[in-house]
Amino acid sequence: MDFVIGMNLLAVALLIGLGALGVGIGMGLLGGRFLEGAARQPELAPMLRTQMFLVVALLDAIAMIGVGIALFFAFANPFIV
Amino acid sequence: MEESHASAEQTASEYIQHHLTNLQVCRDHGEWVWGHCAGNFMTVNVDSMFFSAVLGLVFLFFFRKVAKQATAGKPTKLQAAVELVIGFVDGSVRDAFHGHSKLIAPLSLTIFMWVLLMNLMDLIPVDWLPMAAAAVGVPYLKAVPTTDVNVTFAMSISVFILIIFYSIKMKGFVGFTKELTMHPIAPPTKGIGIVFAPFIIAFNFILEGVSLLAKPVSLSLRLFGNMYAGELIFILIALLGLYQLPLHFGWAVFHILVVTLQAFIFMMLTIVYLSSAHEVEH
Repeated sequence: MDFVIGMNLLAVALLIGLGALGVGIGMGLLGGRFLEGAARQPELAPMLRTQMFLVVALLDAIAMIGVGIALFFAFANPFIV
Repeated sequence: MEESHASAEQTASEYIQHHLTNLQVCRDHGEWVWGHCAGNFMTVNVDSMFFSAVLGLVFLFFFRKVAKQATAGKPTKLQAAVELVIGFVDGSVRDAFHGHSKLIAPLSLTIFMWVLLMNLMDLIPVDWLPMAAAAVGVPYLKAVPTTDVNVTFAMSISVFILIIFYSIKMKGFVGFTKELTMHPIAPPTKGIGIVFAPFIIAFNFILEGVSLLAKPVSLSLRLFGNMYAGELIFILIALLGLYQLPLHFGWAVFHILVVTLQAFIFMMLTIVYLSSAHEVEH
């Protein structure tokens, strides 16, 4: 049982951490492209910003689904009696 | 109950668990029982139902009141705010929806305002509503309906039903099935390749089926995950004693962005999905 609890914690940490890693890199690239585009054509900046937030929320989804599953295992793991 | 002012013997973990538990009523052997509902299918999360119904009525009441008393001469501040919201939703629908539908704009407005109002409940300090409820004798209260996975799945399954309904209505049942089985690889209809057609159709169906099912699942889990994580962080910060005040403020300011963004994204994705359900080829 200790082993299962230990592995459970490890799984939760990996879920949240790897999700954050991927999303962090993705958002960094996205923000960089947005800044480049806004520097190139400042009058388009508001429109680009709206689209950027759209993609940010879509990227968030993947990280959040991982966090949701991780929190489920953290608090209500069905394998731990 | 473990949460009361008399006993200060509550551990941090119990505090967290208490704040993450819904007020549940379920049918146990024919009797309606409050609590002890783990694993029971006939369970109702009374707090989520209550808050989502009340917030829906608040939205309808205020928007109807403004619509009835709308004047072009001297608009009130509430009317200006409502006009702002409706203009924003109208702009979004016009940008993203390429079809003819009388349903889409009111649906988007409802989704946006309702999800926004439900999410904004997360900004009320963590203990206020559960303490007020405990004073009246209600043991558990979760004030934010969108942290309940049932509420978000209810909304996304409704949108999913609308997607399928409009797909079948616009393209016909045959057209809808064709879209699921003939994309992305067109099965060969002439020559020797026709032997492979069933396998290609099955392959297409699996791909398109997963893509179709991913829509409601991701729509609801996105909203649920964001809101649940936000609420959990509020609860965790509340355990810090006096140091919680600056942290609560900082996180709440960030959470305002997340709340509005998630409502906007839910609405935007609904519009985009329904637009692709409406589009007929050639």
